[in-house]
Amino acid sequence: MTEKEVTVRNRAGIHARPAALIVQTASQYSSQIEFKKEHETINAKSIMGIITLGAGYNTSITISADGEDEEDAVNSLARLFENRFEED
Amino acid sequence: MDQQFTVLDLLDLDLKEHNDLDLTCLAGRPGLLRPIVTPDLNRPGLALNGFFDNFGSDRVQIFGRGEHAFVEKLAAEQNLVNVKQLFDREIPACVFTHGLEPPEEFIRIAEASGCPVLQTPLATSEFVMRLIRALGNVFAARETIHATLVEVFGIGVLILGDSGVGKSETALELIERGHRLVADDAVEVRRVAGNILLGQGANPALGHHMEIRGLGIINITHLFGVGSIRDDKQIQLICQLEVWDSQKAYDRIGADERKLDILGVGTPYLEIPVKPGRNIPIIIETAAMNERLKKMGYYSAREFNQNIMRWLDSENARKAYLQKKGIT
Repeated sequence: MTEKEVTVRNRAGIHARPAALIVQTASQYSSQIEFKKEHETINAKSIMGIITLGAGYNTSITISADGEDEEDAVNSLARLFENRFEED
Repeated sequence: MDQQFTVLDLLDLDLKEHNDLDLTCLAGRPGLLRPIVTPDLNRPGLALNGFFDNFGSDRVQIFGRGEHAFVEKLAAEQNLVNVKQLFDREIPACVFTHGLEPPEEFIRIAEASGCPVLQTPLATSEFVMRLIRALGNVFAARETIHATLVEVFGIGVLILGDSGVGKSETALELIERGHRLVADDAVEVRRVAGNILLGQGANPALGHHMEIRGLGIINITHLFGVGSIRDDKQIQLICQLEVWDSQKAYDRIGADERKLDILGVGTPYLEIPVKPGRNIPIIIETAAMNERLKKMGYYSAREFNQNIMRWLDSENARKAYLQKKGIT
């Protein structure tokens, strides 16, 4: 199990487009990937799940992955957050 | 619960009709961020009389007609020591029922201590019932599950399965067939009243939307009408969809009931293998109807087996009889 904490840096937060980007990236890996925000945990391969998190600007989220390619999965998802989902 | 539930959250609860608390804040707004840490309530009669042993200071204090009349009397006598002591104990909030107005002195002390004073037009017993129900829900054990919840023939069916196995597509077909969507993709499950699992959308603000691969996000309410949605529903059956594994033995008889544990409550559980040519929505419909039959005491698989056993018995008896007669 690999975990990493990230912060939402783009002003608009995670709306439909970033969510689609996350799901697209997460689906490339076979690991079970989850996002944790406070007490909520959702599957990172589910677009509605991610939008439901309601992650606005500056929200911190823990990405955790479990499986063969867990490290790659967490790193490439974290990169999306660092790049502000190519927004702003 | 990780997040604190404050008095402000109580005022913000979106409750309707027979659940509506109908609260307004009369005074002490800065105290609205005080946390409520227990679902219990207290009637502060003894405290107003100066008896503070075992006083439930972490509870919401309910002032009914009796307490209100007593506070009025104390205010008229300018004897507000006990009221001051009450507010010194950092109570989360006090609520006046029947739309009663607390006396000015009372409000002044509440403001000074930063304690919210709330008011409701409801009668005390009714308000207490609603508040206990509301706080019970707030403090219920909860978990967000990656699943889809639909109501099929009155049975709440939770559809589990990995991403891409076809949960949403199955739910869509069920909706098309006249059943109702409760939540897709992220279901918040709460354990209420001891052993009831209640499921609803993890975020009510997002409404009843679904993501269907190839279509994108669709609004079920607009497409299929309000008759096709439901806000919450008890989970009575769990169906796990999984890609057909030829190595795995699936239940062929269905006489044993399997249960899946969520938040410590066991719910009937079926594993349904998915492969082209299997119409999953119809299987789920049938499972829901079968579940209703079981609730009525009729177990198809067991009943079938009993018939078989009876038949075998009679066949044996017949054989034995014929043998005895020397016919065969």
